[in-house]
Amino acid sequence: MLGIVDYGVGNLFSLCSSLSKIGIDSKICSRPSELKDVSKLILPGVGAFGDAVDKLHKTGLFDEILNEAKKGKPILGICLGMQLLFNKSYEFGEHDGLGLIEGEVRPLKEILPREAKIPHIGWNEISFYNHALFNEINQNSDVYFVHSFYGIMSKNVIATTDYYEKFTAAVAKDTVMGCQFHPEKSGKIGLKILKNFCEM
Amino acid sequence: MLKKRIIPCLDVMNGKVTKGVNFLGNKEIADPVELAEFYSDAGADELVFYDIAASVDGRKLFVDILKKVAQKVFIPLTVGGGISTIDDFDRVLKCGADKVSVNSGAIADEGLIRQAASRYGSQCVVISADIKRQGGEYRVYSHGGRIDTGKNAIEWIKCCVNEGAGEVVLNSIDTDGVKGGFDIQMLNDVCGTVDVPVVASGGAGSAEDFVELFKNVPNADAGLAASIFHYKEVSINELKKLLHKNGIPVRMC
Repeated sequence: MLGIVDYGVGNLFSLCSSLSKIGIDSKICSRPSELKDVSKLILPGVGAFGDAVDKLHKTGLFDEILNEAKKGKPILGICLGMQLLFNKSYEFGEHDGLGLIEGEVRPLKEILPREAKIPHIGWNEISFYNHALFNEINQNSDVYFVHSFYGIMSKNVIATTDYYEKFTAAVAKDTVMGCQFHPEKSGKIGLKILKNFCEM
Repeated sequence: MLKKRIIPCLDVMNGKVTKGVNFLGNKEIADPVELAEFYSDAGADELVFYDIAASVDGRKLFVDILKKVAQKVFIPLTVGGGISTIDDFDRVLKCGADKVSVNSGAIADEGLIRQAASRYGSQCVVISADIKRQGGEYRVYSHGGRIDTGKNAIEWIKCCVNEGAGEVVLNSIDTDGVKGGFDIQMLNDVCGTVDVPVVASGGAGSAEDFVELFKNVPNADAGLAASIFHYKEVSINELKKLLHKNGIPVRMC
């Protein structure tokens, strides 16, 4: 059983549907105690970083996610969920994240040229290192991005995308993983990436 | 490199996909769930659903359809039609929509975009404008293209983007449904004035029209069409091959 962390932001409907499409049983976990009953966790997220961190703290999920990560439970952060794994974000102020992935989350406008449209919305190719998340995925496959902030490059980066500049598309450190794109919205390739995570 | 998106648009009325000419005279043509699945498998990059129901029953039916589509289709879904309050945003987002497109609702309540963008993020808020040439300028029309709001389209769209709209759909009433090609001139005049993604809509009659669009309107990020896809005059796969051959970046699948 896979757990989807629900902290009151974002739309879980698509994620639940995509997991059921690939035959994975999932349940929504909104209480900290529910996290230990599941074998894997997905941390979804749409919205603002600071808001999300506040909600994770208020619900007690923040510390429990850290506990589960420490135990080696596989965790996949998606979009804002990936950014939450980082040490810190500069989205509307300065906020501490979960600190499971090294580095910071910064505004795309700092690295993109003036003519680049932000948010970065749409299908963009990924180039990745050898990692189980990308089993049987072709290099330069297109996946769907929607974001205005990015995680800085570090040794935890396992995939990049190229939109005027190269930046982080996916990260991993031990059993903690994250993707900036939305696998649940990236067609067959996205479903395969989710399946790869579920089979770890 | 970011790919140019091809977006089939499904106008849903009484549980069926319909398509009219110049915004009028809609006739029923297909089951929306089947059609959505078909497009998704065929390589559509995104789907747009417009709820053109006139009744409460029709609206309920639409929500059911949306849920069914979201269970089967794993590409982005944008929903529009009758969005006039923050509760409307909530209702369709809970059913699996990724983006919500506002049109008349933003004209009636100028605070709606800001409110929605601060709650759900700009990436979720799409301003869709129905534009027609009138009195030597581009004018915004409301209520499915029936009412001239008197607003200048360029000023209106800039204002919506400032308020937090994260994407713009430009529908040309002058070219809608007549299949003579996209409104290149209008799109260029309006596109250059905003710094968020722009979706061109209205007038696609052939695959070549999309080539013309992306070659002549470099600022257009996506092309939206309905009838040429619904009547299978152009397949998305063939269209993408043609675009690719012409050096336009598209997602092949």
